[in-house]
Amino acid sequence: MVNYNITNQRLNRQQEMLLEIQKLQFAAYDLALFLDTHPNDPVALYRHKMYTDRLRQVKDEYEKEFGPMTVFSHEFGDNWRYINGPWPWEH
Amino acid sequence: MFIYEKKLQYPVRVSNKDVRMAKAVLTQYGGPDGELSASMNYLTQRFSMPLNELKAILTDIGTEELGHMEMVATLFKKLIKGATKDELIAAGMGGYFADHETCPFLVDAEGEHWDSKYTQAKGDPIADLYNDMAAEQKARATYENLIALTDDPLVKDTLRWLREREIIHFQRFGEGLRLYEEYCNSKRYF
Repeated sequence: MVNYNITNQRLNRQQEMLLEIQKLQFAAYDLALFLDTHPNDPVALYRHKMYTDRLRQVKDEYEKEFGPMTVFSHEFGDNWRYINGPWPWEH
Repeated sequence: MFIYEKKLQYPVRVSNKDVRMAKAVLTQYGGPDGELSASMNYLTQRFSMPLNELKAILTDIGTEELGHMEMVATLFKKLIKGATKDELIAAGMGGYFADHETCPFLVDAEGEHWDSKYTQAKGDPIADLYNDMAAEQKARATYENLIALTDDPLVKDTLRWLREREIIHFQRFGEGLRLYEEYCNSKRYF
C-alpha cells in the first residue's frame, strides 16, 4: 500500500483533499490502463465506475472550495481562482 | 486534445537540498530514457496502430509520461532550491546555472541536450511495441540507479513510485503486443 503522506505531517484542508483526489484518480487511472487492454473485464469496469463516481464528488467539493483544476471546470466564485498558488510544483 | 489538470500525479517531497541529486534526476526529464522520450515515442507511434486497444494504451501512457515529467521537474526544483554558488559549482552545475539558472531543462545527467533521435516510430506495431517495452525497462533501470544515488527517504519514495509505473507500463505494452499477435494470427484464417 502506497503511503501518500509519508512525512506524516499535519496537512491543511486543501492538501488533504488534494491527496484524496490523487488517490482516487490513481485508482481510476490504473484501472483505465488495464481496461485499455481488457475492455470486457467486468470487475475492472465495476471498480472503475466506483472510483470515478467518488472522484467526481471529491473533485467538485475541492473545486468549489479552492477553484478550478482545469480550464474547463466551473468557477463557483467571483474571480478566476485557477491562477492562485500554490501551483503543483510549489506544494 | 490535452487538458491540464492542476495537480501532480503523486506527491513529490524532499528532506533536504541536494544539488548533486538535482543534476542526476534531470536525466529522467530530458535524458535518452527519460519521460519526454517515452511520451514522444508513444504519442507519435499511436497514429499508426491498427487496434483500438493499442491506440488507447499508447495515448494514455504517453499522456501519463507528461505528468511524470512534471513530477521530475518538481523534484529537481525542490532539490536545488536555495543552492549557493559554491554548492552549484561543487556539483558541476556552474555551466548549467549560466544557461538556465535553476529552471529544469531538457538535458541528461551530464548536460547533453535532448534529441528526437532518442525516440522511435517505425510504423510497424511489432517493432514499436518491443521498442516501448525496452524503453520502460531502461527507465526502470535508470530509476533504480537514481534510488541508489540518494539516502533521502522522501526522494526515494517518489523515485520508487515512478519506477513502479514503468513496470505497469511494461505489462500493458506486453498485453498490447499479445493482442496484436492474436490479431495477426486470426487474419491468416480469413
